[in-house]
Amino acid sequence: MRNGLIKLTLCAVAMLALGLVLAACGEKKEEAKVVKLGFNIELTGDIPKVGEASKYAAEIVLAEVNGAGGLDIGGQKYPLEFVYQDNEAKPESAVSAQLKLITQDKVLGIVGPQSSKQAVPAGGVADENKTPMISPWSTNPSTTLNRPFVFRAAFLDPFQAPVAANFAAKQFNAKTAAVIFDLSNDYSKGLAEDFKTYFEGKFGAGSVVAFESHGSKDQDFSAQLTKINAAKPDFIFVPDNYNQVALIVPQARDLGYTGPFMGADAWGSAELMPLCGDACKGQFFSTHYTAKGATGKTKEFIDKYKAKYGYEADDVAALTYDSTYVMLKGLQNAGKLTGDLAKDRVALRDGMKAIKQFDGITGTMKYGAEDNTPSKCAVVVKINDAGEFEFTESVCP
Amino acid sequence: MRAAGRGRSLPTRPARFTPVIVTFHIFTGDPMFESLFQNILNALQWGSFYSLIALGYCLVYGVLLLINFAHGDIFMVGAYIAFFVATFLLGKYVSLGAALPGWLILALVVPVTMVLTSCLGVFIERVAYRPLRRKGVNRLYVVITALMCGLVLENGNLALLGASRKSFPELLEKSIWTFGTVSLTNLKLIVIVSALAIFWLLNTIVTRTRIGMAMRALSWDRFAVPLMGIPVDTIIVFTFILGSSMAALAGVLFAMSYPVLDPYMGASIGWKAFIAAVVGGIGSIRGAFIGGYILGFVEIMVVAFFPSTLRDLIAFSILLLIMTWKPTGIFGMAKTTKI
Repeated sequence: MRNGLIKLTLCAVAMLALGLVLAACGEKKEEAKVVKLGFNIELTGDIPKVGEASKYAAEIVLAEVNGAGGLDIGGQKYPLEFVYQDNEAKPESAVSAQLKLITQDKVLGIVGPQSSKQAVPAGGVADENKTPMISPWSTNPSTTLNRPFVFRAAFLDPFQAPVAANFAAKQFNAKTAAVIFDLSNDYSKGLAEDFKTYFEGKFGAGSVVAFESHGSKDQDFSAQLTKINAAKPDFIFVPDNYNQVALIVPQARDLGYTGPFMGADAWGSAELMPLCGDACKGQFFSTHYTAKGATGKTKEFIDKYKAKYGYEADDVAALTYDSTYVMLKGLQNAGKLTGDLAKDRVALRDGMKAIKQFDGITGTMKYGAEDNTPSKCAVVVKINDAGEFEFTESVCP
Repeated sequence: MRAAGRGRSLPTRPARFTPVIVTFHIFTGDPMFESLFQNILNALQWGSFYSLIALGYCLVYGVLLLINFAHGDIFMVGAYIAFFVATFLLGKYVSLGAALPGWLILALVVPVTMVLTSCLGVFIERVAYRPLRRKGVNRLYVVITALMCGLVLENGNLALLGASRKSFPELLEKSIWTFGTVSLTNLKLIVIVSALAIFWLLNTIVTRTRIGMAMRALSWDRFAVPLMGIPVDTIIVFTFILGSSMAALAGVLFAMSYPVLDPYMGASIGWKAFIAAVVGGIGSIRGAFIGGYILGFVEIMVVAFFPSTLRDLIAFSILLLIMTWKPTGIFGMAKTTKI
């Protein structure tokens, strides 16, 4: 009797397990029909506007692709599903968000993080877990260095630094420069160092007359700026995030500095002018694209974005849009999805690797030369008196 | 929001005032001396903020022996309240008929912010600290509660207002006076003078008034004081009002000097002000005040004379040396009368 009961129980358990396995198989097939991509972005923290722009741009891609019935991979339509994870603009949170996307949300590939501060550590995680990642905005070389699974859509700081240096030297007729940067931000520090190396290579040792750093949470820069002011530079290079720029520029004016500033791509947020106001007008910075005078599909994107969200798309939005399409192109190149996550991730990587040239809204990106990094043009923009970002010149590699 | 050839232009901060720049020629000589003088002014301004916040830590600690870790975030809320009061008075939400002059707005913003922020401080005391005190739990738990209150304020603000920053409107016409290469703004002067005035006021309240006497009595012996018929809760509430209104004033001045507000702005300056209060000798009003300036001077001067990349390393090593030399802080006394 008792034996019978045990047998019955075992039988029931076995059937249940079988049922679960079957159900799991069924689910797996179900899953393969949807393409799931993750977004590891800065929704809160220091640079929330960056996260917002990324999410909005992604939503536009989602609407475009799903509106057309899904992504066509090897003749079959797959609807897209995007998962957004907030990395709080912190390196450690970027790592945990990355792990969550890879292991729990089981995404095929990841777009983001945007800032190098987050993208460098998150890229390590993606590469270790053999999950393709593309950072739209990161310009620090370490993000993709020796990481076959990590791609990017932006140019590198060693390219951006000479652009800024040459432009400033020509525009301001400058022979000396000062730099103020964020020590705890890989992006800012890397770019500051690249700039110093290039500028001193061009104008001789000691032409960078002051090289001052600050922390991420600092609000008072008076000591650094006093030092810079005393060194009397021809211009100040500020490779900082827009929120810090909005404090640094007015404080420098308060301390009696009257010369020009040169910025980098982290200035190019929609939130720069509301925070900085008049003090930033007339300054220049190097960046990825400008909306003013855009044509073709760039204009299409800008109009769509503006109609939906009420403001001009900044470079983060445009780069996120491009990056997402690079990843989708990689999926199409992969040919077909097997439903085996590990295999599909490798196939996606190979598919992205196969892209030699991509005509994005931020310009033509040629892949293949460096570590999964496109060769593309940079632009220098001027903040005009209306507070708009006005195209000044384009510099191509 | 990229260059818009078409459509509306960017909502930049309105240029209410153009700065008045006055140049004096007094210093003509040594640039080294001039930048030193400039850095002294910088340090006085920056130290004033530490001092104002440190005073709040010190008052609450003196009376309750409680490290009120929510204080930095009360300061943050103060800055936000000031932002909303100022933008309200500027007629951003409802039209007020006539445009008020900047000085009048400022004169209204300061007291209103102080009152509202005090309400917050008292509310936290009533909701979070008093019930625990009634139950007679160890002070450690109250400190942890304070930490949590701070996090609630930060994240509540984040949830309520979103992560994007607020730009504090310009209320005063900015004047920049330059003496050679040394420059001073009217705002800097206001900050420094206000901090000194608040210190004097607080010192007077604590040493010369009856309620100040009660506060000192409470810090001396919190068991005997109720027996003398002193209403302990009233004294504690008064302490929180004083501390929070000081944080509010610091918040207004801070928002005017560094007009980019975010929900985490109070965290790091709050922690550093706490360190300042400890270095000065926590519980001593004079100590907290001087401690704030010491921290301000150390931070600014380290940048002035060493590579700025080593700032925090050198600055906090100096503070550590001070603490090793005097573990109770510069004006602190080991377990005697505090405040």
